[in-house]
Amino acid sequence: MQLTVNGKNHDLDVEPEMPLLWVLRDELGILGPKYGCGAGLCGACTVHVDGSAVRSCSITAGEVRGNVTTIEGLGTPSNPHIVQQAWIDHQVAQCGYCQSGQMMTAAAFLSKTPEPSESQISDAMSGNLCRCGTYTRIHSAVKTAAQMTKGK
Amino acid sequence: MARLKTIARRTFLVGSAAVVGGVAFGYYSLRKEPPNPLLKGLKSGQAAITPYVRVDSEGVTLITPRADKGQGAYSIQAHLIAEELDVDPHKVRIDPGPPDTAYFNSRIMDDSLPFATIDEGVMARGARGGGEVLSRLLGMQITGGSSTVPDGYHKLRVAGAVARETLKEAAARRSGVPRSQLKTSDGRVILPDGKSVSYAELAAEAAQIAPITDVALRPEKEWRYIGKNMRRIDIVAKSTGTQRYGIDVRLDGMVYATVRTNPGMGGTIKRYDASNAEKMRGVKKIVPIKDGVGVIADNTWRAFHAAEAIKIEWNDPPYPADSAGMWKVLEGSFSKDQQDSRLRNDGDVEKAFAGASKSIEAEYRTPYLAHAPLEPMNAVVLYTKQRIDIWTGTQIPVFLRAHAAKLTQLPEEKVYVHAQPIGGSFGARLDDTYALQAIELAMAMEGVPVKMTWSREENMAHDYPRPIQLSRAKGSVRDGKVESMSIDIAGQSMGASWFNRLQAPVPPGPDTTSVNGIWDQPFSIPNYRVTGYRTKEMVPVSPWRSVGASGNGFHHASFLDELIYAAGADPMSELIRLCNHEPSKAVLHTLRDISDWKGVRLDDRRARGVALTLSFGVPMAQVVEISDTAQGIKIEKVFAVCDVGRILDPINFEAQVQGGIIWALGHAMNCELTYENFAPNQTNFHVFEAMRFRQVPEIIIKGLELGKEVRGLGEPPVPPAAPALANAIFALTGKRVRELPLNKSVKFA
Repeated sequence: MQLTVNGKNHDLDVEPEMPLLWVLRDELGILGPKYGCGAGLCGACTVHVDGSAVRSCSITAGEVRGNVTTIEGLGTPSNPHIVQQAWIDHQVAQCGYCQSGQMMTAAAFLSKTPEPSESQISDAMSGNLCRCGTYTRIHSAVKTAAQMTKGK
Repeated sequence: MARLKTIARRTFLVGSAAVVGGVAFGYYSLRKEPPNPLLKGLKSGQAAITPYVRVDSEGVTLITPRADKGQGAYSIQAHLIAEELDVDPHKVRIDPGPPDTAYFNSRIMDDSLPFATIDEGVMARGARGGGEVLSRLLGMQITGGSSTVPDGYHKLRVAGAVARETLKEAAARRSGVPRSQLKTSDGRVILPDGKSVSYAELAAEAAQIAPITDVALRPEKEWRYIGKNMRRIDIVAKSTGTQRYGIDVRLDGMVYATVRTNPGMGGTIKRYDASNAEKMRGVKKIVPIKDGVGVIADNTWRAFHAAEAIKIEWNDPPYPADSAGMWKVLEGSFSKDQQDSRLRNDGDVEKAFAGASKSIEAEYRTPYLAHAPLEPMNAVVLYTKQRIDIWTGTQIPVFLRAHAAKLTQLPEEKVYVHAQPIGGSFGARLDDTYALQAIELAMAMEGVPVKMTWSREENMAHDYPRPIQLSRAKGSVRDGKVESMSIDIAGQSMGASWFNRLQAPVPPGPDTTSVNGIWDQPFSIPNYRVTGYRTKEMVPVSPWRSVGASGNGFHHASFLDELIYAAGADPMSELIRLCNHEPSKAVLHTLRDISDWKGVRLDDRRARGVALTLSFGVPMAQVVEISDTAQGIKIEKVFAVCDVGRILDPINFEAQVQGGIIWALGHAMNCELTYENFAPNQTNFHVFEAMRFRQVPEIIIKGLELGKEVRGLGEPPVPPAAPALANAIFALTGKRVRELPLNKSVKFA
């Protein structure tokens, strides 16, 4: 099976029903996407497939049609994506375990909705759980990222 | 451990006079600094000046022994050391260090003593000293009880100062310039002529010098970090997906595993049939473990998949099979022989009730609640006959080391615990069952590293939840004032359950945890009685964020609100009138002002509730404002005021208060564990949701810095939120909700 992740092609010998999350984490060692619930309920595993936010625990490797981008492909510590920079500036993270998924959701959302309303932000981000309760800062960071995108 | 058990039982009876005698008797020897664990295993050219600072030719490493579960413990510990050491916490290495008794927590016992945390009487202070000695004896390197800051505020700065002066002494000997004429800045010692030498270059010489321990701490006006907005040391990693947690540890040749144990916790396994699982792709080994069975495979998902395919028969655990049966046990436990404590008995409640013109009775219930951190429990273990290495997140590394030694029959010095950053805990990692299971699996795979991960479903069923509590409250009012309040509360002891499981001595005496948040509240009610009843152990339980007060705040502050309404008084004014603790009173006054309090009713569709709970020494009061919408009740705003003595980092202060409130309100709205056939019905987040982004209210926070004591803040925001919300619901709807979660009684938007 072929999979393109963060611009790199991989030849894989896995059963097609293996969830993408476990291909990324255990087969490829790409550890940014996190296992939280395994059932599409928490969003910690969120990645992009051709730019759309997808729960990698709930899509099988065989179902992936397109290029996969994980948080590692979004930006890096030395060259963060606008969303990541906003997350740094607002010091959003506490434990941080859900934040890869939060940022992937936010990045996909903002790329399609560059000038979001409050209710659009709320709808977009409500599928991602944060047990530490960083939602207030996620909200501020999403708004900052939207402004930064606009100013670019 | 057995020896310590005996010592603890015989000599240091926390909560009794024996502790005070014990303190006077052997205090000095027990007060001696334990040996520095970093000196073992030190390489040539490295200096470990204190247990908290290691210097070598590469630079400085700060040792931050309190676990980081997301509350920012690594960052605040590093900043406290750096405040005196003159290094940039972002430029040095941070290491949680080895498990060691030197890292004992001097403040962990504060909240389990039968003295209110704000009690400054002689007995209370004596007992707290005894708690410190007991903690030292047991080598209680533990993270919990909002104690990282109170415990480290002084000692980590001292460690930084000792290291700084010792490095200066090394530079003094090298340069011939007296130490008093040397300065330090950004990891360097500065000579009077402006030349400088880095700490790294001084490491080898500093290692030869006895640490300079006669140090003075810097005055506040010279502080660079404390009191100012800090930048978390992990913020870039956590914002770029590069932070590594225990679940991300990868070793060469590693295999992946999971377990299934009796979903009725504490029950054993009867038999299993793994014939299907054995044949599945990637499965390497099926291993029987304590109370269950493990699967070792070449991929976590394959292990999960195979574990599901095993047919298992379980033996029933020794408690009622369902929630109804469990509540029945509590209902039947309000008897003299099950009375565990009466830590408060002011005035004469019986007399007051007999003469009362109006008395009220009510029953309150709080549910079992899972900690459910988002990172499921996991551990990576590499076992050989010579040593064992364990990579995992843990709040008590010294206990894990002892348990691992016992399980493997290896001496403790051959057990290496590599503490990992934790993806949320809320108390879950006070236990180490998951790590012991990983060890059992690794012992079956000698020489091969094994990563064991719980599925979310396994995690929900084995969470060691907060226990259910049932209270029967009675009170009376007179002349528009609250005159008497008696709360009888029954539940199983979370401390006893947890300590027994950890093979640690259960502190004798009354179980204060079960009544904290009720008996120790800062109110002068003329007749005020709090009685705790201990039921037998049912589901094994453990502390949950804010521990006893987490549920008890609801029992206490809701019933107090009922009484205030019965008196016809305004809740804010009556709380202020009843309050007998100056910092708590200041908190209430500030809350009244910032919320512009004008009563519980704002208009025909908006109302407010107020509650104050003092926990971990922090008075925390909140106003919750709600509105009635077509979709249900919406939480619009929360005003929160507290006194923590001193705010070390305003940014993290705000984050902890926001997070604690969102945590508390979310669980109060819709979370509980209910049981059927011994197992919780709630298997994943669709039925244990807490708060979602769209439900988050505006949160307005004010921190006061009044107290003499510096307090921790991870937990105090939690207890008053649920009662403030329930009190607002009463103000809005006239319906008094006496059971959590609230969505059993009202609908939320």
